[in-house]
Amino acid sequence: MIASNRHRPTRQHAREQRRGALRVMPVPRTVSDNKQSRVLVMAAALLLAGCALLYVSASKAAGSAVPLETPLIDQSNDKSLQRGAKAFVNHCMSCHTAGYQRYSRMAQDLGLSEDDVKNNLIFTTDDAGEPTKFGALMTNAMTVDYGKQAFGVAPPNLALTARSRGIDWIYTYLKSYYIDPDRAGTGVNNLVYPGTAMPHVLWDQQGWQTPVYGEESHGSKPITGLELESPGALSPDQYDDLIADITNFMAYMSDPIKETRHRVGMLVMLFLFGLLAIAYALKKEYWKDVT
Amino acid sequence: MSANIEKSSAGVMGWIDARFPLTKLLEEHVTKYYAPKNFNFWYYFGALAMLVLVIQIVTGIFLTMNYKPDGALAFSSVEYIMRDVNFGWLIRYMHSTGASMFFVVVYLHMFRALMYGSYKKPRELLWVFGMLIYVALMAEAFMGYLLPWGQMSYWGAQVIISLFGAIPFGIGDALTLWLKGDYIVSDATLNRFFALHVIAVPLVLLFLVVAHIMALHEVGSNNPDGIDIKANKNAAGIPKDGIPFHPYYTVKDFMGAIVFLIVFFAIVFFAPEMGGYFLEHANFVPADPLKTPEHIAPVWYFTPFYAILRAVPDKLGGVMAMGGAILVLFFLPWIDRNPIRSIRYRSLAYKVLLFTFVIAFIILGYLGMQVPTPVGTLVARICSLAYFGFFVGLYLVSKYESTKPLPERVTL
Repeated sequence: MIASNRHRPTRQHAREQRRGALRVMPVPRTVSDNKQSRVLVMAAALLLAGCALLYVSASKAAGSAVPLETPLIDQSNDKSLQRGAKAFVNHCMSCHTAGYQRYSRMAQDLGLSEDDVKNNLIFTTDDAGEPTKFGALMTNAMTVDYGKQAFGVAPPNLALTARSRGIDWIYTYLKSYYIDPDRAGTGVNNLVYPGTAMPHVLWDQQGWQTPVYGEESHGSKPITGLELESPGALSPDQYDDLIADITNFMAYMSDPIKETRHRVGMLVMLFLFGLLAIAYALKKEYWKDVT
Repeated sequence: MSANIEKSSAGVMGWIDARFPLTKLLEEHVTKYYAPKNFNFWYYFGALAMLVLVIQIVTGIFLTMNYKPDGALAFSSVEYIMRDVNFGWLIRYMHSTGASMFFVVVYLHMFRALMYGSYKKPRELLWVFGMLIYVALMAEAFMGYLLPWGQMSYWGAQVIISLFGAIPFGIGDALTLWLKGDYIVSDATLNRFFALHVIAVPLVLLFLVVAHIMALHEVGSNNPDGIDIKANKNAAGIPKDGIPFHPYYTVKDFMGAIVFLIVFFAIVFFAPEMGGYFLEHANFVPADPLKTPEHIAPVWYFTPFYAILRAVPDKLGGVMAMGGAILVLFFLPWIDRNPIRSIRYRSLAYKVLLFTFVIAFIILGYLGMQVPTPVGTLVARICSLAYFGFFVGLYLVSKYESTKPLPERVTL
């Protein structure tokens, strides 16, 4: 053990202690210390205020992209998720894969039977040429090479898009296609993701939109909105419902354990709070004699 | 002690004690380790850091059972753990949340040491061991973050490793090549980071934690008053203000651990991404060496140093400033020349310095996450100066500040 009296407080303090300063006593500081401290306080306050001011002006200066719309989705609504799953396998999975998610898991979580899924939601075949197995991953038929040839880029796996892009992004993206003759391959562009390689797959549902231009500035006209030029099979409201269902399903697929996680979480919280009460009582009891 | 020989001949404990100093170890480190009775809120975090270390090791073991350190399989093996392994999601979220919470706990633990002067004589080595733990922890976290093989894992590693390239005379390029095992971050990098993350660094960490605790128990714990409890002993040689670690602090830390676990599991179960701070959104996209993300930012616990790096216009200068920001902490026991430990008895000047330092650190942490803007860079420069200014100011102030009288005994 290191001897502790090697670093006693200074002599002045020892003197003050002998006077009986057992507890902290407010001691009048010297004038020079006051002055020095005041300068330091001022400097620190100025620094903080300056930084805060700079933030505010900086955050105002930062421009915003296209505002994203938040869909009204309910993760516990199985009907909505089932409609979303149907639309997803019909429209999205022609090109995209969702190859982290299993059909069987989807069936279990969405309240579907094995036959429901086999008869209505599995359109692909496996390597042996048989219909894709119920327990298999939700992969698509399109190869990466074919995707690259057709679109210039392989269509990404959509299983986690709701976590990487966010649900608002997906919903607004599906709403924001418009006719753009400059886009040679697809003839369409997207406000949320300009230059997207994906064609407007849901055109027969939504119809075609054309851009509304605002006032000209700096030699180009900004797009201020989109209007429906030729309607599709669905009314705008029905279309919004459809893409909300797809978004809902993609949100489920990105985090399929979410509902269970919240349920187990509540039980864990209850247990821990109960344990905390016991731990607190135990501590109080043991510490009774510490004064 | 001589009475123990008589006692040790009886029972299972006696049998063990004759062959292994179990009772002696328990007494030295637990039942007869006298800790000051005035520990406050800030004294929970040492024990909590140990708890998180255990969580990380246990969950880490279970993760390695299903994880595949392979550039083609790593990302999907993590999703496999999250979806197909029984309670794999829980294990993974506990590990990812544990990584961030480790830093939360360690930063608070270090702040405690700053406030109460726990790094001062005779605890210099204790502080240095702690700093080594902090550096090892940063290495561990950095390498672990590559393993999910998402976009941010990949490009974060790419950026950080490229920093070593700033070292002149051709050393830098050779070093980055050696670290990566390839010209870009690749499968080879992933494999070696896996080896280092699951074996090498954890071994070093465990060794350092043992050294940290041994150093602590040798010199004894500091306390919020910063006075030496061993200066006042009773007839039996026990510090009057000391209480045995067990049962007093075991029951107290048990309570603290439950509160911590409530916070920890609230994150694990209800917000495992923590709004993109604990699990970054871009990391849900598999690593793609051909597609650089729009904005690359390290995880929050590195961002203060990242902001210092970016604040310096020159690359080598930035790397040196970043390294210096960590290195200077090692020398704190010699920079602070005031023998008074606790903030309670120090001058207002010291309090202002420490407060400014903490605020600058937090602002730097925020800025390190943002896309650099001219204004942001200016603020980062001011805060970097404030960061280093703390140590300069402390060196000057600590010699001449007027302090308040120390109490004879600890205050509750």
